[in-house]
Amino acid sequence: MTLSKFLLSSTLIAASFSLAPSASAFCGFYVAKADTDLFNQSSKVALVRDGDRTVITMANDYIGDPTEFAMVIPVPTVIKKEQVHVSETALLDHLDAYTAPRLVEYFDSNPCMRHRYEMMDGALSTEVAQKSSEFRRDRNLGVTIEESFSVGEYDILILSAEESDGLQTWLTENGYKLPNGAARTLGSYIKQDMKFFVAKVNLERKASAGGDMLRPISVAYESPKFMLPIRLGTVNANGTQDLFVYALTRNGKVETTNYRTHKIPSGEELPIFVKDDFGDFYKDMYKTSAEREGGHGVFMEYAWDMNWCDPCAADPLSNEQLQELGVFWLDDDGVNQRGGKSMAKNVFVTRLHVRYDAKSFPEDLKFKTTGDTSNFQGRYILRHAYDGEMECDAAKDYVTQVNKRKDKEIKTLANLTGWSTGDIRDRIKQSGKGGYLDKPQSNSTWWNKLWPGD
Amino acid sequence: MNDNSHPSRTYRRPSDLANFTWGSVRQRAGRALSYGLSLTHDPRHYQIGVLFSLILLGVFQFSFQLPWWHVAAVLGSALGTQFFADKITGRRFDPRSPLISALSLTILLRTGSIWLSIAAAILAIASKYLIRVRGKHIFNPANFGLVIVALLFSGAWISPGQWGTAPIFAIFLAGMGGVVTGKAKRWDVSLAFIGCYAALIFGRAFWLGDPLAIPIHQLQNGALLIFTFFMISDPKTTPNARMGRVLYAALVASIGFTIQFAFYNSAGIILALILTAPTVPLFDFVFKGQKYHWPTLSFPKPKGVSHDIIQIPAE
Repeated sequence: MTLSKFLLSSTLIAASFSLAPSASAFCGFYVAKADTDLFNQSSKVALVRDGDRTVITMANDYIGDPTEFAMVIPVPTVIKKEQVHVSETALLDHLDAYTAPRLVEYFDSNPCMRHRYEMMDGALSTEVAQKSSEFRRDRNLGVTIEESFSVGEYDILILSAEESDGLQTWLTENGYKLPNGAARTLGSYIKQDMKFFVAKVNLERKASAGGDMLRPISVAYESPKFMLPIRLGTVNANGTQDLFVYALTRNGKVETTNYRTHKIPSGEELPIFVKDDFGDFYKDMYKTSAEREGGHGVFMEYAWDMNWCDPCAADPLSNEQLQELGVFWLDDDGVNQRGGKSMAKNVFVTRLHVRYDAKSFPEDLKFKTTGDTSNFQGRYILRHAYDGEMECDAAKDYVTQVNKRKDKEIKTLANLTGWSTGDIRDRIKQSGKGGYLDKPQSNSTWWNKLWPGD
Repeated sequence: MNDNSHPSRTYRRPSDLANFTWGSVRQRAGRALSYGLSLTHDPRHYQIGVLFSLILLGVFQFSFQLPWWHVAAVLGSALGTQFFADKITGRRFDPRSPLISALSLTILLRTGSIWLSIAAAILAIASKYLIRVRGKHIFNPANFGLVIVALLFSGAWISPGQWGTAPIFAIFLAGMGGVVTGKAKRWDVSLAFIGCYAALIFGRAFWLGDPLAIPIHQLQNGALLIFTFFMISDPKTTPNARMGRVLYAALVASIGFTIQFAFYNSAGIILALILTAPTVPLFDFVFKGQKYHWPTLSFPKPKGVSHDIIQIPAE
């Protein structure tokens, strides 16, 4: 076995995750270099939390030889087979789409017709979206295999260890290539009484399950620790990584307690051409926002009651989907009773987009659920000027206003993304959309009105 | 056009000007200084200024969701409660302490409900009058209101991450806080607390083999420093004797640390303060010391000049 299995650590995260919404915007896939590390650059994790109960689902867009896929995740307790579940990639994709930053379009009506700005049907969803070896047991190393089982296409081991060197040796002997410096971090987790969830792909089961992608793994456990271990993930990473956390709670927003949670800029009006480049826009806007915080940060991109959305980038998740993700309180709250599709479900979703590296995020992410149920969404607005015939006095003012508005949109876009206003103007011209309006041929000056018949 | 032509107003001979400057200005400056000193003499004035600045910083720099009417409601209900309680107990109403409690609550308590804000403020002030031992109130008022409301209602919470960990900000807070508590002669509590807490945090990191970046990150928490310099340092609810205060601070640090790292509650230190407050009379019993009194505000009378108007002789 050549080199290997890579240790994707990180948080449960690490594993892989497709995401990559905006298609190219956050391409998150692992890059294997030479015989060494995988760089996990973006990960998606759904965290369902109420009281001390947690269900974590890690999605994965790992593309590559399944024999080389492996992950090691610190978990707070020993995990048994019935606590692990393999679900469908589409589920997290749906959650991702539902919570994705979104563009909305408005079309100005004819200023000569009085009511202006009528909202055309909401949502234009962004494109942001979407899209064994044998384990040996070696007591001498102080490593204990607490559990060993298979779920779906994965072979899973739950390890506990007495000290980091033994665990490192064990992992290395079993074909996991550990990045330099991992031993120290493993040692810290061992002393904090964490166990290690180790998963790799069982090729036979994979073949029978079919499909190219590795499906997400869900793990349910009970622990007061509400956190995501990211430290192992930063050991082998180059530069910053992106992590998307979709937290589902009964009470309200989730925020990080040991890092500040910022809100992503939202509600800004942008030039029309952004519609075709929303992925680029969002990527650069996120980057600029993060740079203003030193190149990293925890940003809230969405926080909403799961019963509705406005505008909707995708439909809210159904009760069945929520249950599949691990929302365990739906029955308690009587949602499923009385056949109730119309009954409100008590689920609040928070989408956090974290950009981190070892230096700026030395500690694992710690979360708390707050009682904050105010809604927030990353939403960007395109306002189309009226482009029909306009023959009235109001038209001139309207054109002036629209052109002012367009200037402002350019400045806003430049400020949000760091693009130069010159480039933006060029792109507006190239796109042929949303340019300045021409002043109406003026027959509305006072002398025209004086002798209208002439 | 020059209006020096006006006979009685602005034209002065140089000698008159000199007399004016050296005579009256010195007196004025002296009075302003002593007035200023009497204002800064009471540490609460400075604390009110700092807390208020922090609220402005939170709203404008850190985009806290803090509607002005919440601030007004907290201030109003804290002052109102104090006013009525003073009326009933026959004490002279002094708005400064309730103002500090209200500002601390505004900074630390997060809620979307104005009623919970008001409840916290009323509880905070009422606790000063209702829960007393040997003439001293037991609980830090803001801490009491904060914890009770956050524990009882899911609509209110403490947000330890809201300030982030920007190091410069941390230093700024520490510096300002040091001044404030130094004035209150209770800098010993703050230093003992932060010293013990830091020792525990570094000790833990050392035991775990964690890089130093982790404990440093944990100590750069804005909420921790606000607690250290603006909450635990309240002279009225800390032990009277210095030794008692230092030991008490160590107790708060140890319990806060335990709650945070063994019970995984991020508001550990804030809970530790309310849990340990009932032990303060015990510390006072063992370590004898003078009970703290806020300095009284007095304005020195100006000497030599009986009124404020100094006439300028006309040409």
